[in-house]
Amino acid sequence: MSLSTATTNAAGCEVRREAGVVRVRLSGRFTLSAGLPSVDAVARELEQAPPAVRLVFEPASLEAWDSALVSFVFSAAGLAAARGVAVDTTALPEGARRLLDLSLAVPARVMPQTPVDDALTARVGEVALRAWRTAGDALEFLGEAVLALGALLRGRARFRHVDLMHAFESAGVGALGIVALINLLIGAVLAFVGAVQLQQFGASIYVANLVAIGVTRELGPLMTGIVMAGRTGASFAAVLGTMTVNEEVDALRTMGLKPVEFLVLPRTLATSLMLPALVAYADLLGILGGTFVGVAVLDLGTLEYLRATQSSLALRHVVIGLVKSVAFGVVIALTGCYYGIRCGRSAAAVGQATTRAVVMGIVFVVVVDAVFTVLLHLLHL
Amino acid sequence: MSEPHIEVRDLTMAFGPVVVQERLDFQIQRGEIFVIMGDSGCGKSTLMRHMIGLNRPARGDVLYDGEPLWEGDEDARERIKERFGVLYQNAALWSSMTLEENVSLPLAERKRLGAAEARDVARLKLALVGLAGFEDHYPAEISGGMRKRAGLARAMALDPEILYFDEPSAGLDPLSSRRLDDLILEIRASSGTTIVLVTHELPSIFELGDNAVFLDAERKTMIARGRPEELKRSDEPKVRAFLERGRL
Repeated sequence: MSLSTATTNAAGCEVRREAGVVRVRLSGRFTLSAGLPSVDAVARELEQAPPAVRLVFEPASLEAWDSALVSFVFSAAGLAAARGVAVDTTALPEGARRLLDLSLAVPARVMPQTPVDDALTARVGEVALRAWRTAGDALEFLGEAVLALGALLRGRARFRHVDLMHAFESAGVGALGIVALINLLIGAVLAFVGAVQLQQFGASIYVANLVAIGVTRELGPLMTGIVMAGRTGASFAAVLGTMTVNEEVDALRTMGLKPVEFLVLPRTLATSLMLPALVAYADLLGILGGTFVGVAVLDLGTLEYLRATQSSLALRHVVIGLVKSVAFGVVIALTGCYYGIRCGRSAAAVGQATTRAVVMGIVFVVVVDAVFTVLLHLLHL
Repeated sequence: MSEPHIEVRDLTMAFGPVVVQERLDFQIQRGEIFVIMGDSGCGKSTLMRHMIGLNRPARGDVLYDGEPLWEGDEDARERIKERFGVLYQNAALWSSMTLEENVSLPLAERKRLGAAEARDVARLKLALVGLAGFEDHYPAEISGGMRKRAGLARAMALDPEILYFDEPSAGLDPLSSRRLDDLILEIRASSGTTIVLVTHELPSIFELGDNAVFLDAERKTMIARGRPEELKRSDEPKVRAFLERGRL
């Protein structure tokens, strides 16, 4: 006969072996509040040779019990069953026995295990295949968006005009505050940075040129695009993602409405049309920020600064910024809507979709900006 | 008669000036299966939300073993809340967690069990509702009926004295619904749990209910209470029609 014990503050479990019978003597308070004793002692006895034939539970001086007792017996019974050892629970309290019977009534489902290939080549292959599938999916979405645009041009696109108006409001008026703040500060920072260098050559007045061209051609559209990717792109992904989770997108499909036409088109139209307006507004605020620094810090006259701005600012710089902003609007809206519509079926998936929409939205804005810069350089514009 | 386990005393529920139900008075005995029923939109689920401490009543209170839920401070209310588990209409499982994590979270947080202990108890609870082997699945990967059972496993995680069920059979096929009813009966028989059921499913009402209360959307109060079988002979035509699926 062998004997081992395991106890917690209150629950006690003494394991004895008599011939082929493993007896588990339970005492004290078997409650969740008191904690559960380990089943290791039972496992050790079951492991010993010669093999046990029966596992018997004996509640000696059980003071109180709840799920903790049933959980302990359930785990120990599982160990016994795996070794083909019969389990005797007849001495347990009736309620515990019934709960145990209930927990064993449905056999555990055995899930087929898919072998995981952890080799580097396999992982690279997985990533490549996933990237290929994502690219194909994104291209399909882009194709649907182009078809939706074609339907719009033919006057056959089906969407609610009130949705378009809401998107205009969300992508336009709603963003005025944050766009103003960011661009005012960007104009001021650009003027400061330029002033430090240009003052060394006595060319402070050229700060106006730097700010005017820098803001209208590059920083105004770029910063507005980044702000809009974080604001509107995220909003599109969250709304469409939630609609996907709630099967609202499926409902549109079953009613013969194309989600890209009904949901994506109005948002893309609104964002691409509102972004140039926002960029024009951002240009003004950026120049205002630069003017403030020029006048207050560099002691330039207001009229002198504005005149320098006017003389340096060719129309093409402003137009290039506005054209770029249309492309940014299309990219931001399509990215947000794509991740929203391709969202999974859970609350966590909506969060992931929103994060991806923002990150990829910003990446695409910068990539499009870089493409524009190279093209314009080649065209000598 | 012993002190009621739960007592709804002169309860009025309102959203601003809009009264949902008023002058609700009934008692639920320990170990009883009590049904809250009524026509759609009468405020059954709202009543449950008031009873479990999610909505504050405009008037009246809910007493657990004589202790008022709403009269005391937040700490007292939290202590009372530990005594009951809730199965929500859509199971309300946390979608970013596996079934095992869903069940073990309250065990780890409220009972301070270690990770391994909480996992063992969670596995037991899932086995109790017939979901052994599905521990590592996410809610999105299982059927609606299984989600309901997983929600029940989570509701039972802390061995509550009282279990609230909001429309447990909603969206389930008759077989799954029957299995859930059997499970509810077995839980009551093995643990002596008091069960409060919000439902308008007639088979469940007659199969499970020891006592019931009927809420009326038009009169905005309870118009009948008693054993479901007795309520078939109620003086109220609406209650009779409801329980016999007849026309008014």
